[in-house]
Amino acid sequence: MNRMPKPVFLAAGATTVSLGTGRPEFSPRKPRPGLDETIREAGRMTLAQIGDPGAIDECVIGNFMAERFNRQGHLGALMLNLHPALEFKPALRVEGACASGGLALVSGLKSVLSGLADVVLVLGVEIQNTVKAIYCADYLAGAGWYDGERKDGHAYFFPGAFSDRAGAYAAKVGAERAREGFAHWFRNAIENARLNPDAQEYTNRAQDLLALGRTPPNPRVFTDHLNLFDCSKVSDGAAALVVASEEGLRRLGLGREDAVQVTGLGHAAANLTTPPADPTEMATCRVAAGRALAMAGLAIGDVGVVEVHDCFTVSGILLTEALGMAAPGEGADAVVAGITRRDGRWPTNAGGGLVGYGHPTGATGVRMAVDLWRQLKGRAGTYQVAPRTEHGLMVNMGGNDKTVVSLAVKA
Amino acid sequence: MDLNQRLKHVAVIGAAGKMGSGIALLLALEMAWRALEDPGATYVLNLVDMADGPLQGLQRYLRDQARKDGEKQINRLRAVFRDRADLVENGEMVQAFVDEVMIHVRTGKALALAKDSSLVFEAAFEREEVKVEIYNELAVLCPPSTWFLTNTSSIPLRVLAEQCGIGGRLIGYHFYNPPAVQKLLEVIVPDGCDPDLVEAAYALAKILRKTTVPARDIAGFIGNGHFMRDGLHCIREMEHLARDYGFVQALYMVEKVSRDWLLRPMGMFQLIDYVGIDVFQLILRVMDHYLQDGLHSDLIDHMLDLGIRGGQTSSGAQKDGFLRYEKGRPAGIFDPAARDYVPLDEAFVRDMDGLLGPHPDPALTWKALSRDPAREEKLRAYFRRLKDLDSLGAGMARAHVFDSRDVALDLVRQGVAARPEDVNDVLTLGFFHLYGPINDYLD
Repeated sequence: MNRMPKPVFLAAGATTVSLGTGRPEFSPRKPRPGLDETIREAGRMTLAQIGDPGAIDECVIGNFMAERFNRQGHLGALMLNLHPALEFKPALRVEGACASGGLALVSGLKSVLSGLADVVLVLGVEIQNTVKAIYCADYLAGAGWYDGERKDGHAYFFPGAFSDRAGAYAAKVGAERAREGFAHWFRNAIENARLNPDAQEYTNRAQDLLALGRTPPNPRVFTDHLNLFDCSKVSDGAAALVVASEEGLRRLGLGREDAVQVTGLGHAAANLTTPPADPTEMATCRVAAGRALAMAGLAIGDVGVVEVHDCFTVSGILLTEALGMAAPGEGADAVVAGITRRDGRWPTNAGGGLVGYGHPTGATGVRMAVDLWRQLKGRAGTYQVAPRTEHGLMVNMGGNDKTVVSLAVKA
Repeated sequence: MDLNQRLKHVAVIGAAGKMGSGIALLLALEMAWRALEDPGATYVLNLVDMADGPLQGLQRYLRDQARKDGEKQINRLRAVFRDRADLVENGEMVQAFVDEVMIHVRTGKALALAKDSSLVFEAAFEREEVKVEIYNELAVLCPPSTWFLTNTSSIPLRVLAEQCGIGGRLIGYHFYNPPAVQKLLEVIVPDGCDPDLVEAAYALAKILRKTTVPARDIAGFIGNGHFMRDGLHCIREMEHLARDYGFVQALYMVEKVSRDWLLRPMGMFQLIDYVGIDVFQLILRVMDHYLQDGLHSDLIDHMLDLGIRGGQTSSGAQKDGFLRYEKGRPAGIFDPAARDYVPLDEAFVRDMDGLLGPHPDPALTWKALSRDPAREEKLRAYFRRLKDLDSLGAGMARAHVFDSRDVALDLVRQGVAARPEDVNDVLTLGFFHLYGPINDYLD
């Protein structure tokens, strides 16, 4: 695997609150910030850290389904509403389902690596609470193969797809072991979110999280193998950060101490129309993360902090196996044993992850990169962990393990 | 004709009213599901009321509620539409379900709309002459095979049956408000009722997922038999207290005790407002006419003379009555002397609560207890404390509990309810009380 052709960095990150059920300020009946306002909020927090917005060479925005959720396309140009200094800069929107944010990072990285840009402002956004969850499921089902899967799919399409994975996993390792793993993943996520003021579950006051996580699934009202606590919620939010070359950092007035270096990039996609060969394996995630680690010259044991795409508790568990943090079939036990806890071997999703922080789909990949940058630079405030090494790894997944972006970064 | 056949052509009279619209919704949803699962059959639901505006409001209500039902039952809907290639998304299926519900509905102002119906539900205004007029017309319009199910909550059925010549074909089918939500259905079988109708009525209740309680054909039946007397007890108690403390103060105290000390979802005056002071008066009049039991309140008459009626708006919001409401919560008390509402400010509440004395367990509320699996045990402990407490509030609460129990036992003695459990079921399922009035908590 090739190494990075030249040093490239991430700096100046920001996330909005993940707004949705659970946040005290959220009510479906009250007006809320829309797409443009949310983009500008994340963007402005980022610009405030870099001084001169004119130093930005290019803008990239990751978003999944604004056409349906917000009746708005053409987001690249909309992003320029963030600041007058951005007028006439190149701007584009990228889409890859829930990996749209990760793909926005890929796009920014490629521009910088190609030498066509030294500073790229990368942003991810999704505003999804414009419709009830049941219709939201229709829109999000576009991340699957619509012609081939939607008609026979579950009402809540993706919970249905991951319920199938959870069922297969339970059959493989035993229902109790699987459920216990899911419940512990849920507890870790909420405990972490309670430390992160931007997290959707920041004010979650439930006392016995494990008991909630152990709630038996009810297929009559939801899915066969997942309960509601196994799922990330419907979220509105944005995240932004800057991808820069060494020259770019200089232009922004930032030092190496302000940035993490991207040492590995793994971008993999699998045929959307093909069902997973083994539902208990996240094969595309494994490939993408393997590429990122190989490019960085790292083994998983070298990684000190991890951000994974736990759209459902079962994906969190399966990702521990895909990344090699646990052997196949042992992810649930490993999570119960604490490997992903804040004080575990691989502090994972320390700001809450998708289950705890929230999952504003198009923003998630960027949010993960912001969190890695914060953790490795000691800027995570109330949810800061103490990484064992200077390396971080993220895996941002789109669809049912179909488009995956993995980044390895170094403090 | 079996019940399934009868369910294909149904009418609701008074369909735009509070109870009628709920009954119409239950039937419209049932018809839609049946039609979807049995595509060959035709279902017709005739909805009759007096004015176009309310009928249009009813259509809007049915559409909104059908959408909510479709959303809630989306898994079932996806199964039903499995073979419909044109319906892929939840949104498309929910819309198709709403369309299906509305396809069966016909609205109109003429009773003639009901002429082909095999089952006629009547939820007209609770006034005997109104119902008699309706049934007289229906008796001529409808074939002799038509069955009538009346939602009357107080008028004896034998009176309607005799006056309208529909004896044997009429049964009491008393839903609770709102009919689509409340589980309780009081079934009143008058003498001479067709046994097939009785059997069908119970079968239909099961289809509509209602819990039935049988009541004898005596004015007020079980529900109002208890509620009216319970309400009059509170009014008397309030008038008695008013001599010492003033009207507004007394009303606050009785409201507070009947809600918080008795652990009920609403205080008595809020409940009367919810039902409507005018409806409360009507029921009292009907019951007193047939029972000659002194069921009357000058205060209720006076409130209506002053134009204070309570009740609800078409959206379900509470209108002001004895109490003034802000965001659905009591915020003031009507003072008939001043003809205005006195705000429930902090100092007033503190003073009145001080007069009542300390609550036996301030942490215990209807809301908290209603979800508590250890409810029975906590209720017993609560009433043990209440029994020993020496305060104005405790005395009022105990008197209310005993009075409520006496009323309930009387209903059993008179045969209105067949068993004590039936009265308790009506109060717990129909009025959302946490415990039945026939209990030994204070013994």
